[in-house]
Amino acid sequence: MIQLSNLHKYYGDKNRQLHVLKGIDVTIEEGELTAIMGSSGSGKSTLLNILGILDHFDEGRYLLDQQEITKLTEKQAAYFRNKFIGFVFQSFNLLSFKNATENVALPLYYQKVGRRERNKKAAELLEMVGLGDRAEHMPNQLSGGQKQRVAIARALVTNPRVILADEPTGALDSKTTQEIMQLFKEVHGQGKTIVIVTHEKEIADACERLIVLRDGQIANTTSKVSPL
Amino acid sequence: MLLKLASRSLLSRKVNVGLTVFSISISIFIMLAIGHVKNEAKASFTSVVSGVDLIVGARTGQINLLLYSIFRIGQPTNNISWESYQALSARKEVAWTIPISLGDSHKGFRVLGTSSRYFSHFKYGNKRELVFSNGEQFNRPFDVVLGADVARSLQYSLGDKITLSHGVASTSFSEHANNPFTVVGILKPTGTSVDQTLHVPLEGIEAIHSGWQSGVNLSQKLSSNDLDKVNLTPKTITAFMVGLKSKMATFTFQRQVNQFQPEALMAILPGVSLAELWRMMGVIEGILLFISSLVLLAALIGMSTMMLTAIRERRKEFFVLRVIGASPWFIMCLIQAEAILITLLGMCVAILLLWTGILFSQDLLASHFGFFLSLNIFNREMLMSLALVLVIVLFVSCIPAISSTRHAQL
Repeated sequence: MIQLSNLHKYYGDKNRQLHVLKGIDVTIEEGELTAIMGSSGSGKSTLLNILGILDHFDEGRYLLDQQEITKLTEKQAAYFRNKFIGFVFQSFNLLSFKNATENVALPLYYQKVGRRERNKKAAELLEMVGLGDRAEHMPNQLSGGQKQRVAIARALVTNPRVILADEPTGALDSKTTQEIMQLFKEVHGQGKTIVIVTHEKEIADACERLIVLRDGQIANTTSKVSPL
Repeated sequence: MLLKLASRSLLSRKVNVGLTVFSISISIFIMLAIGHVKNEAKASFTSVVSGVDLIVGARTGQINLLLYSIFRIGQPTNNISWESYQALSARKEVAWTIPISLGDSHKGFRVLGTSSRYFSHFKYGNKRELVFSNGEQFNRPFDVVLGADVARSLQYSLGDKITLSHGVASTSFSEHANNPFTVVGILKPTGTSVDQTLHVPLEGIEAIHSGWQSGVNLSQKLSSNDLDKVNLTPKTITAFMVGLKSKMATFTFQRQVNQFQPEALMAILPGVSLAELWRMMGVIEGILLFISSLVLLAALIGMSTMMLTAIRERRKEFFVLRVIGASPWFIMCLIQAEAILITLLGMCVAILLLWTGILFSQDLLASHFGFFLSLNIFNREMLMSLALVLVIVLFVSCIPAISSTRHAQL
């Protein structure tokens, strides 16, 4: 599903260049649940942004579902993001002025889905994440765990092939973390490819595969037989 | 969807957006008010008198003569003797004359002493005659015909008795209380200074001033018998309007008046004087328009700055939109839609402010300055300026719009 070959990423100008990713080679198969760990500054968030086509890379090759993701225009990148990828963030990133249904339904607007259909799908997804009764609530009326469920529903609403999660449980207590991981497990059960960047060992342990980044390079890759 | 998203986003920043809308509405209000007052003044100017070839008064500036004789603004410098008026009226070129006598008032409205010819020869707009909505023209010395605004504001009807005040102030201590006038006619609205005028016969003016010396009342009430005994031929008038038999004689007669030996008089062509007065106003209008444009530009740049600052605070919002599939073009359009919404809201507030302002100042302007402001503020020029504002907004909001795409990255 995801294939990275000799991927390099630099920040800054030529005189003060920071080499953030130093030749990443990794392949993530369809339906795989992968965790990326690493200390701060190891390049894991940069890698996730490149996977999500939110950031450019300087050298190497990126194939997403056999399609070349190199030197895309912003419009093309927006199309790929909307079609293939769902995002979940540590800080939820919900629009504060839209209610739960509207937040979940918004990605469908860019697929030119009609309003009635958008709201119907959003309602189904909110039901799936256990927030059917919070559909009209604004983000500031929801708890952290509920916000993250809304964010997961939004990530799933376009039925993407890949879910990218950046520290999805970083702002949650341990009980809610378990609930969210359970939700990821259910999503994974539907055959989605999931990549989770995390600091938490329990989250990594719950994944099928662990990629450890150190100083912009893959230090270790571990695969397990029975995830979660 | 774009507009809904923009409006919801604006609503989530009520205070900042509210202040910006307020500043823009004030600027647009100034622009619209100047434009409207200019248009109304021009319409009022051009329609105030028609079919009058010359206006004759004591020698003064032609604008001053025009202002007091037609607009009832300001004071005459001197009067014309009745003999001079008679002599000039008798010239062979003259078809008709309308004498005017000013100097009295009633509750802030000017009183015009004139003859019955006023109602048959005075025209306004495109040669429109004065029409009575009620009653008829005056026949007796103490009859009065009211302009439409006077009757409406003071709620007068036919048969009401009113007294005139000496002088033109709204409050006068010198009332002609001995000799009340009876309302015998009310004119239909003309949209000119006629609406704010009380018309009485010259004889009435003469009668109420009989026995007055240096503005002090030494007279008693005049009965009908007294009226027969007193000579009510005026000694002086303020000015007179002239209709000539032939337009060709206009400049000849004007020269004759200007060179009139017995007293220093001048004759003006109303159209020429109106044009000159309008040109003088045009300079002021230009300056005001320039200032209002600067105020508007400052407000629009202020809006752009507000949006630019807000964009830095809204990085997360734009990032979210980008993450869920919004193109940079969509985000740019969102910012521009917000700018347009703010401006449209500002325009609505400005129009409401202008309407409110007109409603509250209409009577005051009409009674004190003879200037009628209509509530119909829309015309082609006005709509074009509003459209131009929207075009400028699109340009000005380009800066925050472009900036928004750069800030859509975390």
